[in-house]
Amino acid sequence: MRDILQVQHLSKTFRLSKKQQKLERTKEKVRVAVNDLGFTAGEGEIFGLLGPNGAGKTTTLRMLATLIRPDSGDALIDGKSVVTEPDEVRRRIGFLTSELKLEDCFTPNYLYDFFSDLHRVDREVRERRKEDVFTRFGIDRFAEVKVANLSTGMKQKVSLAVSLVHDPEIIIFDEPTNGLDVLTARVVTDFLEELRSRGRTIIVSTHIFSLVEKLCDRVGIIIDGQMVQCDTLANVTQGESLEDRFFQIYKETAGDGQ
Amino acid sequence: MRSSIFTIMKKELARFFGDRRLMVTILMPGVLIYVVYSFMGSAMGDMFSTDEDYVPAIQAERLPDSVSALAEAAGLPVELCADVEAAREAVTAQELDLLLVFPEGFDGRVAAYEPGGGQAAPNVEIYYNSASTDSQTAYMTVTGLLDAYESSLANKFDVNAGAGTYDLATEEDAAGSYFAMLLPMLLMIFLYSGCSAVAPESIAGEKERGTIATMLITPTRRSDIAVGKILALAIVALLSGASSALGTILALPKLMGSEVEGFSADIYGIGDYVLLAVVILSTVLVLVTAISILSAFAKTVKEAASYSLPLMILVMLVGVSAMFGGGASRSLGAYCIPLYNSVQCMAGVFSFSATGTAVGLTVAVNGGVTLLGVFVLAKMFNSEKIIFSR
Ligand SMILES: Nc1ncnc2c1ncn2[C@@H]1O[C@H](COP(=O)(O)OP(=O)(O)OP(=O)(O)O)[C@@H](O)[C@H]1O
Ligand SMILES: [Mg+2]
Repeated sequence: MRDILQVQHLSKTFRLSKKQQKLERTKEKVRVAVNDLGFTAGEGEIFGLLGPNGAGKTTTLRMLATLIRPDSGDALIDGKSVVTEPDEVRRRIGFLTSELKLEDCFTPNYLYDFFSDLHRVDREVRERRKEDVFTRFGIDRFAEVKVANLSTGMKQKVSLAVSLVHDPEIIIFDEPTNGLDVLTARVVTDFLEELRSRGRTIIVSTHIFSLVEKLCDRVGIIIDGQMVQCDTLANVTQGESLEDRFFQIYKETAGDGQ
Repeated sequence: MRSSIFTIMKKELARFFGDRRLMVTILMPGVLIYVVYSFMGSAMGDMFSTDEDYVPAIQAERLPDSVSALAEAAGLPVELCADVEAAREAVTAQELDLLLVFPEGFDGRVAAYEPGGGQAAPNVEIYYNSASTDSQTAYMTVTGLLDAYESSLANKFDVNAGAGTYDLATEEDAAGSYFAMLLPMLLMIFLYSGCSAVAPESIAGEKERGTIATMLITPTRRSDIAVGKILALAIVALLSGASSALGTILALPKLMGSEVEGFSADIYGIGDYVLLAVVILSTVLVLVTAISILSAFAKTVKEAASYSLPLMILVMLVGVSAMFGGGASRSLGAYCIPLYNSVQCMAGVFSFSATGTAVGLTVAVNGGVTLLGVFVLAKMFNSEKIIFSR
């Protein structure tokens, strides 16, 4: 299996604003969000980044999606560097997080076409894909309803559809089921599994153990910006539940730190 | 044009034209201006208009024969005053328009008076009430009458005594220089408010709502996003500016008092309007770009509005400069300063003194400034500090 994603020594430090220092009651001027992080993901697998709040998951995924630049290190997606060839990377990835919003005043139909145009998808291909994904998610009934008037679940489905207009090789998904009811979450996870069966690679971040257990082929546990374990799900759990293993690992690393 | 620029533009325009509330915000100023100016015009007209047939109530103490004859000739009825104190109170109460108090033996003393003879000249006291338009009018009429009488007594020479027209300015020039003083500032304010109604919404609003990042993960060039947005914003801002300008032009005759001839916008020809349109277009591009950049620093639409406040003050100050400039500047250097050049060009067009060089230079400078701004905005879109600031 080919490693379609190679993350090498990725680091990112943020300068904290005065406001943020006050908010987080810290005197530190900087925050190391990601610290020398490395992992690989093979073609056609679902890779889970598991970590507690503030571990650096979102920061890592944003660097992979070329939204922020790493301070050092690099990530290669299909051989293209996020640092030196961001446009090439953008063509190959679909990025989705609940922070990326759709404009309220447009309809799913309009937005699908808009993003298809930005990705320069052919009209015919676009119509075929749109029909496919809209029926699959039940968006077709709401295709002409403004986003503002859609339910949270439907919005998330539209976001998912819109971020995949170009049928990317790699799908990067920050907290895929956050804020969704069980039904919608199920639709999303089923879809991710289907994408995998079509040979797509999926990187998800989450702090939900069950999601990793259900979905992921391999998992990387990230704590305080560092990768503390990265292996197949079976090798990480070693027959125990993922939750128990996680706390063992967490204790070990916290012990290391002292 | 690059297709992604066009895609972005189309979406921005669709947002404005699809949102009825936004459309109202954009087009409302023109309607408001028309209504407010028309109202102000008619109110001011009522305040200053004097009834042509009005006969002022004038009383005089010790009215000399000479003045009595003059007043009669001018059709001003002057009553003799019974009680000076009571008459003065009547003027204060606006029951009497004018009270003239002549010194004793006025005619005789005037005839005997030698200028430079060391003697005080006979003094006429005229009491009036500046709070009453009628009283003021009567005061002017009577002082004019007395002045004319005085100079006729010692006539050495006359100025403009003939019946001809001495002010050789055409009505058009007079109206033009009036417009040149007033309109540039109004136009600048309208253009600014048009731009500030749309740019913060489109730039800071997208940041606030988290929709801009969705666009930034597509392989669209940042400069295309910047250009697409600025062009679309300029179109909408122009619409808003046009609405305001139309409101002003339609209401101006009412504001000026419609009886004043020559005060209508049809003293300008097609060429003038073309020059004006070119200047306005380039001005809107500069303004929209500037507000967009300020908005890109802001985290919310509200913040964007406060960031662009200094720009608004600057625009107003620059607009006011047209009121004191006395027409368009002749030095080409003035046309190298963005915004100031726009005001100077507008003043030039309105006073029929705009030159092609000045307008050309203005458009070139503004175009350059806009390009630079697009470059800066594109850089800002690329900056995580701007897009993901906390
Ligand atoms: N733009 C930023 N400026 C300053 N600090 C930041 C910024 N983005 C993230 N951080 C900080 O970096 C650290 C890692 O944040 P990150 O969002 O990557 O964590 P996460 O694993 O996604 O957590 P969560 O589960 O809460 O989403 C946090 O301490 C966060 O406060
Ligand atoms: Mg996160």
